[in-house]
Amino acid sequence: MLDFIQQLVSGIALGCVYGLIALGFVLIYKATEVVNFAQGDLMMLGGFFVFTFIGLMGLDYWLGFLFAVCAMAVFGMATERILIRPILGYPQFSIVMATIGLGYFLRSVAGMIWGTDDLKIETPFSTGVLKLGDLVIAHDKLSVIVATVILCAVLYAFFNYTRMGTAMRATSENMLAAYYMGIPVKRVVSLIWAISAAVAATAGVLLAPITFIHSNVGLALGLKAFPAAVLGGFGSIPGALIGGLIIGVIETLAGFYLPQGWKDVAPYVVLLIVLLVRPHGLFGPSMRKKV
Amino acid sequence: MSDDPILKVSNIESYYGPIMAIRGVSLAVPRGKIITVLGANGAGKTTILKTISGVLDPLKGTIEFEGKAIQRMDADKIVRLGLSHVPEGREVFPFLSIRENLAMGAFLRTDRDGVARDLEKVFGYFPRLRERIDQPAGSLSGGEQQMLAISRALMNRPKLLLLDEPSLGLSPLLVKEIFSIIRRVNAEEGTSILLVEQNAKMALETAHYGYVLEVGRVVMDDTCERLMNSKDIQEFYLGAKEESARGERRWKKKKNWR
Repeated sequence: MLDFIQQLVSGIALGCVYGLIALGFVLIYKATEVVNFAQGDLMMLGGFFVFTFIGLMGLDYWLGFLFAVCAMAVFGMATERILIRPILGYPQFSIVMATIGLGYFLRSVAGMIWGTDDLKIETPFSTGVLKLGDLVIAHDKLSVIVATVILCAVLYAFFNYTRMGTAMRATSENMLAAYYMGIPVKRVVSLIWAISAAVAATAGVLLAPITFIHSNVGLALGLKAFPAAVLGGFGSIPGALIGGLIIGVIETLAGFYLPQGWKDVAPYVVLLIVLLVRPHGLFGPSMRKKV
Repeated sequence: MSDDPILKVSNIESYYGPIMAIRGVSLAVPRGKIITVLGANGAGKTTILKTISGVLDPLKGTIEFEGKAIQRMDADKIVRLGLSHVPEGREVFPFLSIRENLAMGAFLRTDRDGVARDLEKVFGYFPRLRERIDQPAGSLSGGEQQMLAISRALMNRPKLLLLDEPSLGLSPLLVKEIFSIIRRVNAEEGTSILLVEQNAKMALETAHYGYVLEVGRVVMDDTCERLMNSKDIQEFYLGAKEESARGERRWKKKKNWR
């Protein structure tokens, strides 16, 4: 039983990271119907940024964290402006290829700048553990879970209780009508990219003490976060998080209880079953637009 | 016509890809008046409104709003000038509540008190919206969505309101209700209105001046009273039958403007 809870907590921590990347997928998809396959690589870049600020420049952890997230927000905005906006409106394939290409580009450039060795940073969460009876939870995993909860609460409040957040939801639902309301749609889309990149960067920073910072870490996690988003019903924000949690927990439990090899397959088996039963995912659209 | 129209459209031509949807249309909306554009399906009515509100860019021609050229301006900048568009098919935000939809209508405004007053005002026009204030707009009936779409545009306190087929898909009773509100907004707030309609009878009764559009051209324009009495309008838009000299209806009658 103890093992189970131990694994469950690890799974939830991993699931939070998947969930945060999936959240980025969904935010961008909802607003612009663009699937950004470079989302995992944005996370990777966030990790390298925080390594640069903390490991190389010797900044305080929290300051480095903040800088990395802000830098990635700017990076996300620049990506939208330079790469995506000019090809928006062309066939989906072009845009998908552009984001896949961006992913390759980021991985190569990160390899060139920071090398291909595994990098590590010292964080306040690197070593400590929390003991609850016999249960031992590492601080690094706990920090991922707590930070995800805080981040989600902040995003929830932003999207529901601020004018700009509501305008973002409105733009996602009906871009043409958003124009008619005088909502600056282009700026809103830029901001959504900034938020997505910042969320990815947060995931990257939180993950840094758990796995190593490496130029391929984004690809591996991005490929797991994508099914998480699909599982949640691509287009639902709570769905993305819950999908991430499900994938993370299943993967961890399968790795512990099932024979070797099942770890990476089990999430996809679950995904296939869910899609057979509910083709729109767990939280897919239930309400249709009236004509 | 007044010498200082709030909106002046001159010789605009708009294309959907290679297809010319409007072929040199000119019209003017005098301040404080209701102007209607009549025409059959595909005549280019909606295209005119989209071109005015900046969603489509005209290839040629000029659009002046309060003396300022607005053709090829970004749509959100045009709204900022005080020109609101109620699009065909309502286009509400389905998952946002009524309250949030209306708040989006007032997105550009910063005067909280004024927004609260206008919210009361639109609830005065359409009390049913108040009852459903926290429901998602997608759960409303078609008529209620139309009310919401009009209210949402009014929340911007526009000087000029573009209305695209507000009667589309609504019951005759609801159409009456909505048109009486349109008249009230015009009379009480002095909002100028450009109304595009297929329901010619309703539109001519509501508006002061009308334009008749056929395949992208204005073929006739006059005061609504005179339009209503015109033989062509009666026959082709109002469905009146004319007895010919031989006592039977001629089906291939020529329109006078061709």
